[in-house]
Amino acid sequence: MPEKYEIVRKKVLTPDISSISVYAPLIAGKARAGQFIILRATAEAERIPLTVSSVDGELVTVVYQKVGDSTMTLDELEAGECLHDFVGPLGEPTPIEGVKRAAVVGGGLGCAIALPVSKALHDAGAKVDLIGGFRTKDIVILEDEMRAACDDLYICTDDGSYGYAGFTTGKLEELLKAGEKYDRVYAIGPLVMMKFVCKVTEKYDIPTIVSMNPIMIDGTGMCGCCRVTVDGQVKFACVDGPDFDGHKIDFDETIARAATYKEFEQRRRAEHKCRLEGMNNG
Amino acid sequence: MADMSLEKTKMPEQAPDVRNKNFLEVAKGYTPELAEKESHRCLGCKNPRCVEGCPVNVPIPEFIGCIQKGDMEGAYHALSRANALPAVCGRVCPQESQCEGRCVRAIRGESVGIGRLERYVADWALENNIANTDKAPDNGHKVAVIGSGPAGLTCAGELARMGYQVTIFEAFHVAGGVLSYGIPEFRLPKTIVEKEVDKLRALGVDIQLNMVIGKVLSIDELFERGYEAVFVGSGAGLPQFMKIPGESLVGVFSANEYLTRINLMKAYKPDSATPIFESKKVAVVGGGNVAMDAARCAKRMGADVHIVYRRGEAELPARAEEVHHAREEGIHFDLLCNPTMIEGDEKGRVRSMKVIRMELGEPDASGRRRPVPIEGSEFEMEVDTVIVAIGTSPNPLIRSTTPGLEANKRGCITTDETGATSREGVFCGGDAATGAATVILAMGAGKTAAKSIHNYIMGKN
Repeated sequence: MPEKYEIVRKKVLTPDISSISVYAPLIAGKARAGQFIILRATAEAERIPLTVSSVDGELVTVVYQKVGDSTMTLDELEAGECLHDFVGPLGEPTPIEGVKRAAVVGGGLGCAIALPVSKALHDAGAKVDLIGGFRTKDIVILEDEMRAACDDLYICTDDGSYGYAGFTTGKLEELLKAGEKYDRVYAIGPLVMMKFVCKVTEKYDIPTIVSMNPIMIDGTGMCGCCRVTVDGQVKFACVDGPDFDGHKIDFDETIARAATYKEFEQRRRAEHKCRLEGMNNG
Repeated sequence: MADMSLEKTKMPEQAPDVRNKNFLEVAKGYTPELAEKESHRCLGCKNPRCVEGCPVNVPIPEFIGCIQKGDMEGAYHALSRANALPAVCGRVCPQESQCEGRCVRAIRGESVGIGRLERYVADWALENNIANTDKAPDNGHKVAVIGSGPAGLTCAGELARMGYQVTIFEAFHVAGGVLSYGIPEFRLPKTIVEKEVDKLRALGVDIQLNMVIGKVLSIDELFERGYEAVFVGSGAGLPQFMKIPGESLVGVFSANEYLTRINLMKAYKPDSATPIFESKKVAVVGGGNVAMDAARCAKRMGADVHIVYRRGEAELPARAEEVHHAREEGIHFDLLCNPTMIEGDEKGRVRSMKVIRMELGEPDASGRRRPVPIEGSEFEMEVDTVIVAIGTSPNPLIRSTTPGLEANKRGCITTDETGATSREGVFCGGDAATGAATVILAMGAGKTAAKSIHNYIMGKN
């Protein structure tokens, strides 16, 4: 039997993105699409929230991108090693009840979260179009898994190297113009992408759920760090979300808040790279 | 012969302009000589009013009497019989309104330094690895405790001594609750908290970290797993905001967030992986202990710090010593001032805070004089950071996932005087039941609930 919080499987999906499947039976038994966990790679590491990508038996899979010091530290752990902490499932599951026809839009790493939402809808009998956007062909992730979790999969690349040439919003609008009628649209990805998906769906008056991923510490409603303004009300993404009505979110405020520690993060990232290079040269 | 000097024996401290740049403990504790001297100020009253003033009824004249005789082990045993966390209480209890407030010596001069002596005895025991391991044999009954703050730790310790198999479920990756995430290192070193927690582990208490009850397991599932009773000591962790414009700007933090980053995540250390906002000028809104802690942390991080509080000096809810220490460290107090809005720059970052001056009117429901705004007195404070420390309320996670568990309109779980809730077998105490209060009141509630849980389980079997 694996140890507590052991990384049982690790898969490199692209040079920057990997998935880890962690032994956490209690969390695996409870987690539903849209919920997240918080992990710490080591005893000194930061707490990082990651949305659950899939559950397989007693394993919980999360996908991460090496964007900063903390995810680079996480990436230094290999299969067979243990995370220091792994807690969840946190937040509320994505609401899927009553939806018969849906579009799920994922952007980049967000596709790893769009996947379980699409699967949950599909398993519940909804007809689902899944639109996955990437910068270029080489960094497309989870294509087979996504295809199995929807009715129609549309991969988009910004540079046109694969699938639809352009942004996910372009593909979504194309489908809507062709007469697709969605009960609801789900958007999961970079804040800017979600903001523009909402601009499109507003025109067509389609209820839209977005998945917020703000800065967090505890993930249980204790620090208020993750607050977002929804319809003029302050909500905590960790306990009230992470999913909210995308037409009511103050995206500009959320984008500003996401940059709170930008300088710190840039410095830590540069220091981490220096340490790695130092090790390689030493 | 009693020492009749009117003043408490002073405790050595780091100088204000030194300590406001580091996170080392401010008060260094008594030396054996100082402790002995102070112990002789206690008259050993036959009817000790100090004991009545203590929420856990520490036998104060008894333990101080032991110090007078040089019997430190005896002093520790007397103390630890009544108090599961003496090294913590000696540091953070509001003694002036409890034991020391009732001390007969305070009628003329200063009270006996009970808190300082408590700390001295507890630290002596930690240094010399003396533990109180008195414990009844295992009785085979399992109890779950939710939260490892002062209430949970006390309840768990009491039950373990009675022979129960106790499991504490803690949401964070470190035990201690507010002792770990809230109270700063310079007031309560984390190694002290760890050692006190280790003493409970040595009594057989199992502490499971990273377990958010209400999410990973519900209270009903704890019963299914064979726990016969559950104690909820989940605290009051939900931060309140002022509900004024600009509160979501970058640079506005709840005190919980600011303190959690610094204390739990060690963001004050230069190599910390967790960031802390780099502030030049900080306004801390509120006048309680949490506000003082946040202000003193921000000062140590290099900022110019103002406490902004809507009532006056006499109404400051913080411990007198914290206010005194904060002032010494160079923190400014803008009393009778209330924020009305926070303004940001083009990047959505805090630029200034608008504040209106207040005056005290008629007493309100709390008995304190109600602050009333003075028309036309608004002014602007140029700040880049606002820390909101106006209170916290209980986290809804447990009550929203436990059918039949009643709470009042402030979100506090309803209990009777024994700590019993509306659900059979579920007990509650500390901030989760009362709203934000003190460490020692939570400990008192944990102790009461432990007795009630014992009666409940014994009555059932």
